[in-house]
Amino acid sequence: MAKYKMHILVCGGTGCSASRSHEITKNLQAALKDKGLEEQVQVILTGCFGFCEKGPIVKVMPDNTFYTEVKPEDALEIVEEHVIKGRKVKRLLYTDPETKEHVADSKHMNFYKKQLRIALRNCGFIDPENIEEYIANDGYAAVAKCLTEMTPQQVIEEIKLSGLRGRGGGGFPTGVKWEIASKNHADQKYVVCNADEGDPGAFMDRSILEGDPHSVIEAMTINGYAIGATKGLVYIRAEYPLAIDRLQTAIKQAREYGVLGKNLFGTDFDFDIELRFGAGAFVCGEETALIHSMEGKRGEPTFKPPFPAQSGYLQKPTNVNNVETYANIPIIILKGANWFNKIGTEKSKGTKVFALAGQINNVGLIEVPMGITLREVIYEIGGGIKNGKKFKAVQTGGPSGGCLTEKHLDTPIDYDNLIAAGSMMGSGGMVVMDETSCMVSIAKFYLEFTCEESCGKCSPCRIGNKRMLELLDKITKGQGTMEDLETLKNLAGVIKDTALCGLGQTSPNPVLSTINNFWDEYVEHVKEKKCRAGACKSLMQYVIDPDVCVGCTSCARNCPVNAIQGEKKSPHHINQEICIKCGTCIEKCKFNAISIK
Amino acid sequence: MMQIKSLADLQALKESAHEKMDTRIKGKRDDLAQVRVAMATCGIAAGAKGVFDHLLKAADEKGLEIILTQSDCMGHCNMEPTVEVTLPGKEPVMFGNVDNAKADEILDKYIAKGEFVEGVIAR
Amino acid sequence: MEMINLTIDGKAVQAEKGQTILKVARQNGIDIPTLCYYELNGQKLENKPGGCRVCVVEVEGRKNLAPACATEVMEGMVVNTHSLRVVNARRTVVELILSDHPADCLSCSKSGSCELQKLAQKLGIREIHFKGEQSTYRKDDSPSIIRDVDKCIMCRRCETVCNQLQTVGALSAINRGFEAVVATAFEQDLVKSPCTMCGQCVMACPVGALSEVNQTRQVIQAISNPQKTVIVQTAPAVRVALGEEFGYPAGTIVTGKMAAALRRIGFDYVFDTDFAADLTIMEEGTELLDRISRHIKGDKDVKLPILTSCCPGWVNFFETNYPDMLDVPSTAKSPQQMFGAVAKNYWAEKLGIKREDMVVVSVMPCVAKKYECQRDEFKTDGNPDVDYSLTTRELAELIKQFNIDFTSLPEEDFDMPLGASTGAAVIFGATGGVIEAAARTAYEIFTGKTLDKVDFTELRGLEGVREATIDFDGTPIHLGIAHGLGNARKLLDSIRRGEANYHAIEVMACPGGCIGGAGQPYHHGDFSIVEKRHEAIYREDANKPLRKSHENPYIKQLYDEYFGKPCGEKSHHLLHTHYFDKSKQVEVEA
Repeated sequence: MAKYKMHILVCGGTGCSASRSHEITKNLQAALKDKGLEEQVQVILTGCFGFCEKGPIVKVMPDNTFYTEVKPEDALEIVEEHVIKGRKVKRLLYTDPETKEHVADSKHMNFYKKQLRIALRNCGFIDPENIEEYIANDGYAAVAKCLTEMTPQQVIEEIKLSGLRGRGGGGFPTGVKWEIASKNHADQKYVVCNADEGDPGAFMDRSILEGDPHSVIEAMTINGYAIGATKGLVYIRAEYPLAIDRLQTAIKQAREYGVLGKNLFGTDFDFDIELRFGAGAFVCGEETALIHSMEGKRGEPTFKPPFPAQSGYLQKPTNVNNVETYANIPIIILKGANWFNKIGTEKSKGTKVFALAGQINNVGLIEVPMGITLREVIYEIGGGIKNGKKFKAVQTGGPSGGCLTEKHLDTPIDYDNLIAAGSMMGSGGMVVMDETSCMVSIAKFYLEFTCEESCGKCSPCRIGNKRMLELLDKITKGQGTMEDLETLKNLAGVIKDTALCGLGQTSPNPVLSTINNFWDEYVEHVKEKKCRAGACKSLMQYVIDPDVCVGCTSCARNCPVNAIQGEKKSPHHINQEICIKCGTCIEKCKFNAISIK
Repeated sequence: MMQIKSLADLQALKESAHEKMDTRIKGKRDDLAQVRVAMATCGIAAGAKGVFDHLLKAADEKGLEIILTQSDCMGHCNMEPTVEVTLPGKEPVMFGNVDNAKADEILDKYIAKGEFVEGVIAR
Repeated sequence: MEMINLTIDGKAVQAEKGQTILKVARQNGIDIPTLCYYELNGQKLENKPGGCRVCVVEVEGRKNLAPACATEVMEGMVVNTHSLRVVNARRTVVELILSDHPADCLSCSKSGSCELQKLAQKLGIREIHFKGEQSTYRKDDSPSIIRDVDKCIMCRRCETVCNQLQTVGALSAINRGFEAVVATAFEQDLVKSPCTMCGQCVMACPVGALSEVNQTRQVIQAISNPQKTVIVQTAPAVRVALGEEFGYPAGTIVTGKMAAALRRIGFDYVFDTDFAADLTIMEEGTELLDRISRHIKGDKDVKLPILTSCCPGWVNFFETNYPDMLDVPSTAKSPQQMFGAVAKNYWAEKLGIKREDMVVVSVMPCVAKKYECQRDEFKTDGNPDVDYSLTTRELAELIKQFNIDFTSLPEEDFDMPLGASTGAAVIFGATGGVIEAAARTAYEIFTGKTLDKVDFTELRGLEGVREATIDFDGTPIHLGIAHGLGNARKLLDSIRRGEANYHAIEVMACPGGCIGGAGQPYHHGDFSIVEKRHEAIYREDANKPLRKSHENPYIKQLYDEYFGKPCGEKSHHLLHTHYFDKSKQVEVEA
């Protein structure tokens, strides 16, 4: 078969698919066929490229041309111009927000320059539905090496030496976890992949499963070999249909190719994987809750010990690891622990995938070495704050994390530094906020999420979080007292101290970290009834300047709740009791007589 | 489709699969020579397509790993076909009036050994 | 046994490895308050979800507080159960629980027995600093049990009891977060759930979320009505537990005082369910002997083993879970219902009054009996054989309401004839008692010989599942006993699989039998109280001059005057019943 001269990679992640990337693929293929080029140019639907801000992405290889915001209608032009005439379609190239110049290829994009893609190594590069493309990129070589050249103990030692820590949020050393599970003897053990990604805005696990499902299958097999388990289960939320689909295809192919099943690589080791679907409960990311859910029981955590490594799924020793953790495993085996442990900081090795979101220019999925600073992530990779606004805070660790401020921008990111700064790594959500964010409202937002997702088993989380939310609500409405702030602080501390599981113990973090870093904003809400970010509606007042108002009655006629009174041709007045702060009056006033106080 | 029963099976499958993805995998690398053939109307008229195909085949036969792409007109329509070669870490060098023989020379000398080759278009 | 050393509240203690901080502390006289934790000792039942967080303690070196009920002791552990941090956390947690709990203690059924109330008092909570939304749910009234879910504190005790101990599966946690609560599937009414009305959940519930239907008001009104003749019958297990409500130690027999109290309340006739228990033995024993004789003769159609049918929770259980086996249990009515049938037919006739003018009240150690007396098959033209069934607790309430000084009451006898009973009837109150009583009578009828040793001690005990073989003069009779519905399920499943070769099996829904019934004074998980009631039952039996049901002279008289013979036509009509497939009655509406 003739070699393809050119490969056109189209992002088939959930985000770009929603923007019709499948149609782009179809149109590209049709145009190529039309021009008789289908033998020379291959079109591949890949996983996520990470640069979701500007999706759908189309990348041309081997020259790494990076087209953004491509529409299905653009396919013909790409073929006619780029493929046939060798001319890059300039209008589709990424424009650097600072220099305003087109960037010819992805190797010159700041977004990618500082990234180090280990877990995401194949995402946006291979066809996730073709096992051979995975194999072509060293796929299944790691499990082959483990099974034919290494003892289970050697595998565990290698993972221990690599310094890999759990990427789901806890940061427990993966090798140690495997070792504990390996030492508990039983007739059956289980390997479980936790794909119950639940942090708001985080989608790294989904992207890995969509873009490189075989890496997880291979890693689980290695895990099974290391601890002596022959069964693997992936607990995945049913609201990830594409990831489920790709994973199912991958498992089917792996069985067909003989890399899952009996006597793998001619050894006597058997391993197979099944899927278990979750209903999308956040708390089921907690491993004991996850296991209960898989068993068909109510998804709620139980006290540890016993740890799953002692008594897990169906009371058998079970090792639970997160998707991103698994994605690191094969490459560690292939390149060696000593390659991996040179990346990162002293106690946090390797890389971490973050989902950049919020008021930042380059929203997307990034993978960076541990130890990188928030400043590098936000300003270099992320391209800085949107619309030239001022940076205020960055929230990491999702609902279990906290808000970091200006003073933390140069702190190297790793598990321990983030905890010391009052937040946590979590699964890698990173929400950037500018000056228009009210920190009390932010705390309230996260608490609303925790209240929604609490399983309700323990009283501090079930009732305490609800009461905290009610207090925050009171404060954002301008009804809070200084005593409420004290009650809030004490309550947050007690919940942290007494809740049953990780969800409950960390749920006060958004409140505590905003209290610590933005105490004056809380006090302002209480004492001055003021929200400096202008986000708390109840604290805003629309006022008409009587000196400017000419009494045209436009505002009064358009007010949906009839809150504005006044005689024609004389200054009007807004009744604050009735006003719902919808802003219609400001829009309708032609004389700029209305302002927000 | 084959069933992988051993390490050797995997290796064999990897090689054949790698072959199919070769162009893409090379694109990721920074240590390869980049060869661009100008393929605008002027270049094609002068036989650039033939040179492109020859480069693709010859490089493979010689075991040379290069990133071969086509480009827009490089502005030297009088010396088509033109080929631009960028060795890793070096400035791009452009060759004019490239035919199959010249292409072989560029591959053998400039790309493989870094030796000087006649026909460089001065910038 | 490996022993380890640790320090609790500055006191060096030794403890068995694998024990929890809570147990070790209690062994050493250190009280750590608990709420959700519930242990039915001796029944291998432990509810420790670690959910309420009231028992949290400080463990040196640990970053957060540890639940004492679930944390195992470790060598060198330093525990502080009442540090400033702990006291603040515990108070806050209890305040939080109270902030979502209705404050209607004044009229709450558990007032005085409520564990949350006691806890709030102990922690000195005078003000609840958290104000906010309170959960509200629909109240669910069944004939026996009221679920007032607003009061549920998610301790999950009922869930554990219902699922693990009883294997009934009617209650389970539903919803999430603040809305999380224990309820039936799809929040159906209890009567449409697999609930057997055994009431063990009521026993376990630390607050007023689960309680029995209270009928003391109706009983007072019936007594006040001059048109009505009000008759009371009292179950065997009541007399060994009622005293606890008046300060007597567990296991005190208060039969005489109870009869005196009932008379003072104003019942027209103070009779005894024990009389009907003797009657039950005549009917059930005859049925058993009939089936055994036919079996011995090679009748292949005869269903063995015969299962007792005195316990209404148990009857509900097999009607719902084993509808394929409805022909296995004895058709004999329970003593409560036999009594009702005798009272409203035989005795009403004797008194020359209409059954509508007679009100039969029972005092039972049970909440399922409230349901039983409302079953349609136990009514004639809508008029029930037993009108109201009170629990032991309700009777105690009544006695207190009437300001009767229970301790100084004289001991009085029951009225005759329906107050006469033998020791065989008394032991109906304990697990194994019905089958022992049946054995005493069946032996004599089967062998034609006099039984010298009436105490079949091999049938007694508190093991969940027991079995014994009794020698009927050369014929071995295999008997099985189960108490607690989870244990019953084990036996039933083995019968269904054809593995069991018993002639007869006695099943009681509650652990310990009726002495551990859900209508008895709350034992708060202290099963030693039930053990003391157990001893008292056999003491009462031993004190009776007559120990075999068929020797009860009034029973003989009843057959002579009215029924003719056991399992005869009239008794078939009045003393026997039939069962229904209730598996489909459990409604599932999505």
